[in-house]
Amino acid sequence: MTAADVVIVLLGVVAVGAGVLVVGTRQLVHAALWLVVSFGALAGSYVVLAAEFVAWVQVLIYVGAVVVLLLFGIMLTRAPIGRSDDLDSGNRVVALVVAAATAGVLVTTLVRGFRSAYVPIKDRVGSGSSHTLGASLFQTWVLPFEALSVLLLAALIGAIVLSRTDIRGAGPEPDEEPEPRRRPAAPRGPVARRIGAAKRRTGPDEEDTIVLSRVDEEI
Amino acid sequence: MHLVYPVVIAALLFSVGVYGVLARRNAILVLMSVELMLNAVNLNLVVFDMKWADRLHGGQVLTLFVIVLAAAEVGIGLALVLLIYRNRRTVDVDRLRTLAEGDPDPDADVGAMTDDEGVRR
Repeated sequence: MTAADVVIVLLGVVAVGAGVLVVGTRQLVHAALWLVVSFGALAGSYVVLAAEFVAWVQVLIYVGAVVVLLLFGIMLTRAPIGRSDDLDSGNRVVALVVAAATAGVLVTTLVRGFRSAYVPIKDRVGSGSSHTLGASLFQTWVLPFEALSVLLLAALIGAIVLSRTDIRGAGPEPDEEPEPRRRPAAPRGPVARRIGAAKRRTGPDEEDTIVLSRVDEEI
Repeated sequence: MHLVYPVVIAALLFSVGVYGVLARRNAILVLMSVELMLNAVNLNLVVFDMKWADRLHGGQVLTLFVIVLAAAEVGIGLALVLLIYRNRRTVDVDRLRTLAEGDPDPDADVGAMTDDEGVRR
């Protein structure tokens, strides 16, 4: 084992161990924080594998953006902070069997296939710098790059449309008169009714009672 | 450097992600497990880019693309989870059984406790 092997095995142990804690911990926020550890160890392995630029992108986007987004999601769904024992679903044993089978098949195949594969890593130093990667990205791969930017724009618009509450459903109400914000006398659909209730909410319980009372009136 | 170590690490990380997707109940934890699987694939791409070291650097460029795709995926996924939470007051994937066929057990069924508009009684 060379020094690079030792380092990458250690980083891999950290990454896989943190990953196991992500899927095994009983605290939701801790899962997101262990995800930071796992992604950080993976960024370290990218550095060992001579891919510095990818490592920095990993730190910026995964550790910086994706985990923060996941934490936002945890907070916005009012998930229980602290221990909660119902984070695992009922098919946990089946999942364990499937995961063990996946690991068995993959590891067996890869070990048999790449047991003697060896790469002189000293020759690869600099092959992942931002200069070479940028030249390759904007010369050869510029069309997929542009397509990906369009996809990001579509995802941005989609996320905004999904998460806004003041966009009514498209179909059922084309004749939207401008003033009837006061009393939705004839609520036209479930979405409209819920939004009308949510407009006047002051808190989660308040919203619940308003929704419940409206549903009871309906019945 | 021996190629087998990072490749085996990627396989193990992928299996951990598979377990998380199948076993977790909270939808946000499922998204986190998907991220673990994507990262395992990224590690594989970087390793084999280093092995072949072609002029186009396809492996590392594809890794960047996968990272961007994962960011888009988690954005849309979280928007969907928040929408489900707003309508159903839960993000447990076990309890979102509106599309399930057959008759699941009644106490795990939100559909039985709600009216047809998805508002919980």
